[in-house]
Amino acid sequence: MTTPRPETLAKLTPVLTKRWLSPDAWRIGTYEKLDGYAALRKAVKAHPDDLIQLIKDSGLRGRGGAGFPTGLKWGFIPQGDGRPHYLVVNADEGEPGTCKDLPLMTHDPHSLVEGVIIASYAIRANRAYIYIRGEAVHAARRLRNAVREAYAKGYLGRNILGSKFDLDLVVHSGAGAYICGEETALLDSLEGFRGQPRLRPPFPATHGLYASPTVVNNVGTIASVPYIVLGGAEWWKTMGTEKSSGPMIYSLSGRIAHPGQYECSMGVTLRELIELAGGMQPGHNLRFWTPGGSSTPLLTAEHLDVPLDFEGVAAAGSILGTTATQIFSDQDCPVYATYRWLEFYHHESCGKCTPCREGNYWMVRVYRRILAGQGTHEDLDTLLDTCDNILGRSFCGLGDGATSSVTSSLKYFKQDYLDYIEGRTAPKLSDKQLVGAH
Amino acid sequence: MTTTFSDETRARARAIIARYPADRSRSALLPLLHLVQSEEGYVSPAGVEFCAEVLGLNKAQVGAVATFYTMYKRRPTGDYLVSVCTNTMCNVLGGQEVYDTLAEHLGVGHDETTADGKITLEHAECLAACDYGPVMTVNYDFFDGVDPQSALGVVDELRAGGRPMPTRGARLCTLKEMSVQLAGFADEREGAVADGGPGEPTLRGLRLAEQHGISVPGFDPNTPIRSKAEADKAAAEAKAKAEATKSAPAPAGNAGTGAPARPEQATGSTAPDVKAPDDKSPETRAAETRQPDASTAVPDAPGTKVPADTTPPSPRDAQEAQAAGAAANPPAGDGKPAGDEAGAQRRNLSEAEAGSGATGAGSAVASETGVQK
Repeated sequence: MTTPRPETLAKLTPVLTKRWLSPDAWRIGTYEKLDGYAALRKAVKAHPDDLIQLIKDSGLRGRGGAGFPTGLKWGFIPQGDGRPHYLVVNADEGEPGTCKDLPLMTHDPHSLVEGVIIASYAIRANRAYIYIRGEAVHAARRLRNAVREAYAKGYLGRNILGSKFDLDLVVHSGAGAYICGEETALLDSLEGFRGQPRLRPPFPATHGLYASPTVVNNVGTIASVPYIVLGGAEWWKTMGTEKSSGPMIYSLSGRIAHPGQYECSMGVTLRELIELAGGMQPGHNLRFWTPGGSSTPLLTAEHLDVPLDFEGVAAAGSILGTTATQIFSDQDCPVYATYRWLEFYHHESCGKCTPCREGNYWMVRVYRRILAGQGTHEDLDTLLDTCDNILGRSFCGLGDGATSSVTSSLKYFKQDYLDYIEGRTAPKLSDKQLVGAH
Repeated sequence: MTTTFSDETRARARAIIARYPADRSRSALLPLLHLVQSEEGYVSPAGVEFCAEVLGLNKAQVGAVATFYTMYKRRPTGDYLVSVCTNTMCNVLGGQEVYDTLAEHLGVGHDETTADGKITLEHAECLAACDYGPVMTVNYDFFDGVDPQSALGVVDELRAGGRPMPTRGARLCTLKEMSVQLAGFADEREGAVADGGPGEPTLRGLRLAEQHGISVPGFDPNTPIRSKAEADKAAAEAKAKAEATKSAPAPAGNAGTGAPARPEQATGSTAPDVKAPDDKSPETRAAETRQPDASTAVPDAPGTKVPADTTPPSPRDAQEAQAAGAAANPPAGDGKPAGDEAGAQRRNLSEAEAGSGATGAGSAVASETGVQK
């Protein structure tokens, strides 16, 4: 475990994570000493349109995976329409591999609350919700505490800091459905329904929560806002690349010496990240990895130097997603890994669209058969054919995400599949588990 | 089954409903389902009836929601819900072994409770702590980096009446007590909110930066926010610049122009490939659907097209596009059960009628065209 080179260390850009080093930053007193709520004081003196313009100028793109320009999204909210507007924060972190929002909300909850207030002021929303994943109980504890403290200090409620702007913020816990991380399913869930995605258009910007104009943003996106308000768009753009500005929290897990959260300038490469993480674990060689969660196509050792920004990863045939890099080695089986992800998508498919509901159900069974040593060559074609019939044929991206690891693992690791089918690899599952696979 | 919910639960139910707009009380349903679990340990028929009663819904409407979400349990649970992550990352790091060991030791399978009523075991999907894997949670608070031995230690201590301290997160409470928090109430236990400092993986990148004296330069909290006039001027300049470079090729970053390798070639399929009707590779379609980069249509934005530069369309254009989109596509009734009151029901009906003329285009088509004709 060697020390990373200075040029690699220079990729570290601790911005959003910086307060995590202060053990009490979740308390409002400590937060205020660390620039806390300074951005809000500055923001409420500006015109809301100027704030939207500022975010546009900064080039901030959504941190939830899609990378949509945030300022543009805010600008889509019709103003002066006489309808209530809503801000909804998507804190339903659950994409396999992703673990950046939970520590942020646990150790620096006020930065999210402050971002919510500024964003609501900009889009003229008087009501905001943070939809937090149900299982994230400790983050929710800290967040609810932060909201209570912010009300007591007058940062929430009526006439915030004398600006005549009112805002109520509710922290709403989900109940264990991955699909609710999809923005329209989240809105349905928040309205008290089963979390199933809606057909778009109309988009949430005009018909979101309660059919009113709504902005749905990820935790990291909203938590970035106070820093941009303080430091300015130009400062923000000194980090990252031209089209992917700012810092990004890269979550490294798996076969590396020091898994963890590494906030870096966008466009850092996996080679550099692994160097920061102290290299691979002894005896492990990189074999495959996800650039941004299990819904993004797998990449391999030949992609070590791909810049991890929205454009770079897309050019390599994958998606930046949530920058959750799960790192697997030559001791991990890509067929089994894909099978476990499919079990997840099968479990989490909401059942609304037939291709996703049925496709994932059957693909799981094909994988079990292959892993039990009873697969056939035709199974591989069946898998690709099934993927073709899921991708782009459902309301939301869950089904699309499920096909990512299947098609990419077949692309890069077909031999591993053939080894199970042709009996060169010992079966990993027993044939007792083969219910309905034939 | 005639459970009468306590006055305390009823008071809490009123407090929950008060969080949401007066005519939108149905938003309180998820927290209310957590609330009934706090009294009964699961969502019983009586719990469903209670939620239906306080929200003015019928039991079928509540039942449909309660059965959708994993955290609403349909059978009585133990005091402690032990969830072991067996999703891919934790799985390959040893999570499956932990789960199998606990299942054998406790003599229960997934979603089952020990005879002493202490522990309900489940295998969980990704718990968003991959940097600490393999992980398990007890009533959703984390025990990090577990192995079969340490996991056995935790459940044995729980069965013996102890409350082991989670690695991160607050001291343990029972699942019923946790459900009160999930219903949106503060954790009032002295010091509980302060429990649980960040672990090393969370701080790893920061420590490295600190150790080597790295910080982000040029941060000036007094940087002024530009006024509208200045911004407009800058936008006009950017637009002129963009027009000048319009003939330049689109960035290679987009799969739509980059023509990545087709999977049928790469995998050497043994049978004739079944192609998608649009003859695009799955990757291209995936990227187009999900990667809203500069030259790709976006699924979650109302605009008809995303400009190839960073210049946003004028708000006016966006509004017109939205109005057109909204007119062409009234909000789908989504086949949802009727709303809380007759008004919502009428609205759903009229929307359904108005929407019946719309084409049944798939989401990919819809998102690519933005405003449907």
